[in-house]
Amino acid sequence: MKMDLSFTPEEEAFREEVRSFIADNYPAKLKEVGGREDLGKDDMLAWHQILGKKGWSVPSWPKEYGGTGWNPTQKYIWNEESARAETIPPLPFGVSMVGPVIYTFGTPEQKERFLPGIVAGTTWWCQGYSEPGAGSDLASLKTKAERVTEDGKDYYIVNGQKTWTTLAQHADWGFFLVRTDPNAAKPQEGISFLLIDMKTPGITVRPIITLGGEHEVNEVWLDNVKVPAENRIYEENKGWTCAKFLLAHERSGIAGVARSKVGIDRIKKIASTELDEDQPLIENPFFKRKVAELEVDLAALEFTELRTLAGEAAGKGPGPESSLLKVKGTEIQQRIQELVLEAVGHYGAPYFRGYGEGGNEYAIGPDYAQRAAPTYFNGRKTSIYGGSNEIQRGIIAKMVLGL
Amino acid sequence: MNFDFTETQTMVRDTLQRFLKDRYDFESRQKISRSEKGWSPEIWKAFAEELGILGASFSEDQGGLGGGQIENMIVMEEVGRSLVVEPYLSTVVIGGGFAREYDRTDIVEGIIGGEMRIAFAWAEPKGRFDPDHVEVTAKEKDGGFVLNGHKAVVRDAPSATHLVVTARTGGGTTDAEGVSLFLIPADSAGVQRRDYPLVDGGIASEVYFENAEVSHDALLGEAGKASATVRKVMDEAVVGLCAEAVGLMQQMNELTQSYTKERKQFGVPISKFQVLQHRMVDMFMEAEQALSMTYMAVNKLPDTASVAMAKAKIGKGITFVGQNAVQLHGGNGISDEYAIGHYFKRGTILEGQFGTTDHYLRRYERLTLG
Repeated sequence: MKMDLSFTPEEEAFREEVRSFIADNYPAKLKEVGGREDLGKDDMLAWHQILGKKGWSVPSWPKEYGGTGWNPTQKYIWNEESARAETIPPLPFGVSMVGPVIYTFGTPEQKERFLPGIVAGTTWWCQGYSEPGAGSDLASLKTKAERVTEDGKDYYIVNGQKTWTTLAQHADWGFFLVRTDPNAAKPQEGISFLLIDMKTPGITVRPIITLGGEHEVNEVWLDNVKVPAENRIYEENKGWTCAKFLLAHERSGIAGVARSKVGIDRIKKIASTELDEDQPLIENPFFKRKVAELEVDLAALEFTELRTLAGEAAGKGPGPESSLLKVKGTEIQQRIQELVLEAVGHYGAPYFRGYGEGGNEYAIGPDYAQRAAPTYFNGRKTSIYGGSNEIQRGIIAKMVLGL
Repeated sequence: MNFDFTETQTMVRDTLQRFLKDRYDFESRQKISRSEKGWSPEIWKAFAEELGILGASFSEDQGGLGGGQIENMIVMEEVGRSLVVEPYLSTVVIGGGFAREYDRTDIVEGIIGGEMRIAFAWAEPKGRFDPDHVEVTAKEKDGGFVLNGHKAVVRDAPSATHLVVTARTGGGTTDAEGVSLFLIPADSAGVQRRDYPLVDGGIASEVYFENAEVSHDALLGEAGKASATVRKVMDEAVVGLCAEAVGLMQQMNELTQSYTKERKQFGVPISKFQVLQHRMVDMFMEAEQALSMTYMAVNKLPDTASVAMAKAKIGKGITFVGQNAVQLHGGNGISDEYAIGHYFKRGTILEGQFGTTDHYLRRYERLTLG
């Protein structure tokens, strides 16, 4: 085996191209905001739409559906440069979740109907998976879809409740796991994967406010929602196959290495400004040690992800190993958020309501302190969502180690 | 060896627990914390008049019930357990602490009666956790003093009738020598406040002194000699925080245990999963050690190394308990509607108050290991 971890001149040229494209085209307005929390729907889609025109909005997709055809190294460079520029990335619900399900399992008509809106960033998708009683045990979901025929056309009548539905308040479409066969031998066997127009009568979206004060997640209630049967992806009662495929995809993107690198740089910047005993905080040996430990762990994660990517390029799909990336990736993200909060000292405590409508008239303390606490609080979700880290460890134990 | 409470101490705890159970459940607390004021004058009045707990930690000579720091510890544990936002720590532990040190019966009386509420303005934007880093100046003028400068994140200042302020009358920015202490009415001319809520449900202010003229009577103790007293009272406050942390941790553990017993996944209560059982055992062990360290620190006061040990141990423990309590609640753990997240938020901020875990570990190292 010949190992080569360096970049070729072509790859370096690609990096330059990507870097200048972002510098020239990233909307100035978005640079001024701290995060997605401050943005309305149009602003949140703006960069996605620019990338859509350029043909760079779905780099991981097969070329025939709009993918870039980049090799793993190029994708890695793309992620790094996007993170370095602190762009607000396209939302994952279309690009990384339902899109791959549709091009893998959908009919030609479904691909034609739904994929272009994801590529262009004109359709907003949300994910209807979790239910109040079905979290880690997703297969126990109860939302019911009954098949009916009206005027010679087949429909599903959907009833039930979904929860933790991220940004459903803006969604045009949702992809839902619903129970089509309550009598199946195993709970996984009676589930179907439905695409539902969020404007359909009978859908109610109610906000759930989270610890940082954000309205990011929602409850979605479905009351006799009529969905054309043609909106079902893959076979009836085989939706679990799509769900499992999607979860593996979701996990592989979740490592967030490039963004974590930027996060660590941010810690260093803050800790060079903040003073501790009249010295920059970064000179405090305790603090410096924690930054060093983070860098070591992030390097371990990065090269584990690169090995996975190289495996994918050689034709090995993302398997249960991606659970490792999710566990370690989210642990590192949370440690970064924790260290930012520690670094900002007293000014982590004031409650900052955001710059938008209903926000504070003024910020309290340095700019970099404003979101430290809410970001840390909100970041606790990452070890819970997408299959909690306990569930991920269970997957590794069972699927990788065969225990 | 005896870890038992006296009859009076047990009575203080029981009455307070009963009161908070009746009048300060989670919903009432949220309502108070989110009200315009951010605290409840009625509750404070009840603390003073119905319960009489504001006097529990003062000697009988001073008009109190004859208690001390153990009584403060008992109250602060309940403050933690019920997420109380009213300014017991600021007023009784800290304000009362200074009153005790400087033998000011008039202040003690005001505190016990409930009409005097105090906020301690010590932190500065560039000082981090060093109480001797004082850039606010106090210059002598016409027999009084003129204060100038900026104090950061002064907890409970919006509800305070008086501020205890550290200001420099001599020496360099971080010298212990030259730190003076003033007690001034919160509405003194030249004192500007920006009030705001805190992420843990409390309230605070940025306090700006712009040629604030105060009388000579405002000076507590001798000019330039306050540093040691400030550190001593701050240690008492840290013990109070440790006790609050015990209440928070015990309550988080209770909430988590009952949640996991009720929450069913894969056909069983999730409390049946061994990996979660061991996690909750680790959380329990942290709370037990926190209680032990609080007892140790309160008994060894004014030994500053013991306080540093307690804060370091408890800071680490409450972070572990808070993060895992949220984790075991799943999505509900980060929902604003559930109590658990609010305990987690309070615990998070408490970990950094007066100094983080690392700050106190380093302090302990320096005090004992050279």
